[in-house]
Amino acid sequence: MSQLLTISPSPHVFGQKTVKSLMTGVIIALIPTFLMSVFIFGIGTLIVTSVAVVTCVLTEYLIQKYLMHTETRIGDGSAIVTGLLLAFNLPSNLPWWIIILGSVFAIGIGKMVYGGLGNNPFNPAIVGRVFLLISFPVQMTSWPLPIASRMQYVNAITGATPLGIMKEGLRNGEALTDLSGQIPGHMELFLGHMSGSLGEVSAIALLLGFVWLLYKRIITWHIPVVIIATVFSFTGILWLIDPVHNASPVFHILTGGLMIGAIFMATDLVTSPMTKAGMILYALGIGIITVVIRVFGAYPEGVSFAILIMNAFVPLINRTMKPKRFGKEVKYG
Amino acid sequence: MLYTFSKGGIHPPEHKISSDSRIRDLQIPASVVIPLSQHLGAPARPVVNKGDVVKTGQLIAKGDGFVSSNVHASVSGKIVKIDKAVDLSGYQRPAVFIETADDEWDETIDRNPALATVISLESHDIISRIGEMGVVGLGGATFPSHVKLSVPRGKKAEVLIINGVECEPYLTSDHALMIEKGEEIMMGIQILRKALGVEKVIVGIENNKPDAIRNLSVIAKKYQAVKVAGLKVKYPQGGEKQLIKALINREVPSGGLPVDVGAVAFNVGTAFAVYEAIQKNKPLFERIVTVTGKSLKKPSNFRVRIGTPVSALIEAAGGLPEDTGKIIAGGPMMGKALASTDVPVVKGCSGILLLPENESKRNRIEPCIRCSKCVSVCPMGLEPYLLMSLSQKDMFDRLEEEKVMDCIECGSCSYTCPAKRPLLDYIRLGKARVGKIIRSRKKPA
Repeated sequence: MSQLLTISPSPHVFGQKTVKSLMTGVIIALIPTFLMSVFIFGIGTLIVTSVAVVTCVLTEYLIQKYLMHTETRIGDGSAIVTGLLLAFNLPSNLPWWIIILGSVFAIGIGKMVYGGLGNNPFNPAIVGRVFLLISFPVQMTSWPLPIASRMQYVNAITGATPLGIMKEGLRNGEALTDLSGQIPGHMELFLGHMSGSLGEVSAIALLLGFVWLLYKRIITWHIPVVIIATVFSFTGILWLIDPVHNASPVFHILTGGLMIGAIFMATDLVTSPMTKAGMILYALGIGIITVVIRVFGAYPEGVSFAILIMNAFVPLINRTMKPKRFGKEVKYG
Repeated sequence: MLYTFSKGGIHPPEHKISSDSRIRDLQIPASVVIPLSQHLGAPARPVVNKGDVVKTGQLIAKGDGFVSSNVHASVSGKIVKIDKAVDLSGYQRPAVFIETADDEWDETIDRNPALATVISLESHDIISRIGEMGVVGLGGATFPSHVKLSVPRGKKAEVLIINGVECEPYLTSDHALMIEKGEEIMMGIQILRKALGVEKVIVGIENNKPDAIRNLSVIAKKYQAVKVAGLKVKYPQGGEKQLIKALINREVPSGGLPVDVGAVAFNVGTAFAVYEAIQKNKPLFERIVTVTGKSLKKPSNFRVRIGTPVSALIEAAGGLPEDTGKIIAGGPMMGKALASTDVPVVKGCSGILLLPENESKRNRIEPCIRCSKCVSVCPMGLEPYLLMSLSQKDMFDRLEEEKVMDCIECGSCSYTCPAKRPLLDYIRLGKARVGKIIRSRKKPA
């Protein structure tokens, strides 16, 4: 024999999936949302997304090379995903320097300080977004109107989000029926014709991405379906009790960051539980906290906070929600 | 209706490229090396000496203790030495070296190929004869069959499970046997049934072998209460615990044996060996071996004498391809990589697989992204990512708590991991250490 044989323990064959292929799958799943967003918000979407993605990738590269002195792994695509998700959670008129701050924070504090990919307890994109929301509350809550100023970036014409309109109205003692003129209809909400973060508005585009993620087996249905079902049921009960002061469950699942949160943020592989039972519990928590914040809290929107809070519970969930072991059932006979 | 097990499992590409190859007799080699430890348990003790002349099928080493097995000469000739030899595992172990003179069979062996249908022995005699003939589990675990048939007091066998799953990719030796030796396998099943005193028999075959299912179903009609069940293709369905779960929906308890749930399982190859041992008085000195690989000229199923060097099998299948990077004894999921082809075929060797260079190396290890794929594919309901990290940290108490000893080493976790982490390597390491701790605890101080 001319060449040496390779020796290694079994198994000797491996599946096709890689970290890179999973990340690529997520990026592809985000394409419909991106295109829809370009259609709705125009150049703002292009600028915000590019700045976020480039900054995230660059930050990760620089930290790995000059601070951690490790192999640079930007090729795995995880920083691109973080950049995209952060951008999709920002208004399309956000000044570029704020996006850079948010991106550096997301990757630096949200991910790399823990040791990089796989070690971060919190979803880095949400860490970045919440940091910006607290630091730049004004810029982070001025939302460009859909379609209206697609050629404008920072000086786009702005308006309130449907959830914002509702919160504000209810606070002023108005009934929901009085507000209905200002809030888009269900079909418009479903397509994404409303103000909001550039990637959160179009439910149909996000659902398309969900189908792709399921088809490619990158995520399972558990987390998104349970979050949406929990929010639907919880707000549904409130609505049945008092339809004058509570929005309909359909309104709740089509507005704000619920769809993008349930499908793309809460399902982040690194920061979600390891077992199906754990995923269901985690999703239930996200759903309940989201509604509590939206209905009873000061913020009009609560998905980001809900995910961060439940991220913190993941290690505990993993410790308690074990898979059912084989052969633990009652002994036969 | 197709059966399958419920928890975990994977679908690796099947690559059953040798499935159309009829079983051919491999030429008897000029010399054989017969290891004395081809089975689970204590090595056999040689009963011959250097210089002795033996016949094919003659006893050359006796099982040492209850969990051990007899070993027989696979050729006739002169014993040139009894010495250590490197076996499939890569370790040096005692073996008997025989220089082939001829192929003169022991007179007690019935060489008439006609099907012998009358089972004259009673249960107890069947079991001891199976022991004498050196029959061990041919699915790979090589557990001595007479031990398995001796059901412990207080336990009762209710159903005999026959394993024709062959879930490992590439391997086709059981498939070929089920096509060509269906009648004999079915007679072997009757013998096992009589030995165990059980009524119910289920033969499990994955439905990627429809011809085998058809063949055995037709033959099974001649016998009472023998069911041939088609199974969905899913690895590791040929694992004893998974197959029992799939066929009778009972879970062998953690740390327990199949007989704890009333089941006893044998491979189809073992059933055939039992037939030959009891009806033809033929000891286990040859077996069917698949020789396969994408670049191999003639992927084949051979009937091979135990002790034949692996190199002879590869030669007979068209020679070693240029691009060979890895040679595996067994299937790609659980087989052992060989350091050399100069090792002998043993009772537990179901196949020789040649992987090309570009499939031989492992990929770069990346950080765990906690995708939980390993958890969802584990057929034992374990958490491989956790077991790996506990093993790396030497946390043996936690490893035991997390049921590391339940791992059947099927490799589904390592196969599926997108970060290409060596999960099973570390789990094995942890198992070995925890197993040692458990054994030392059992010993009186």
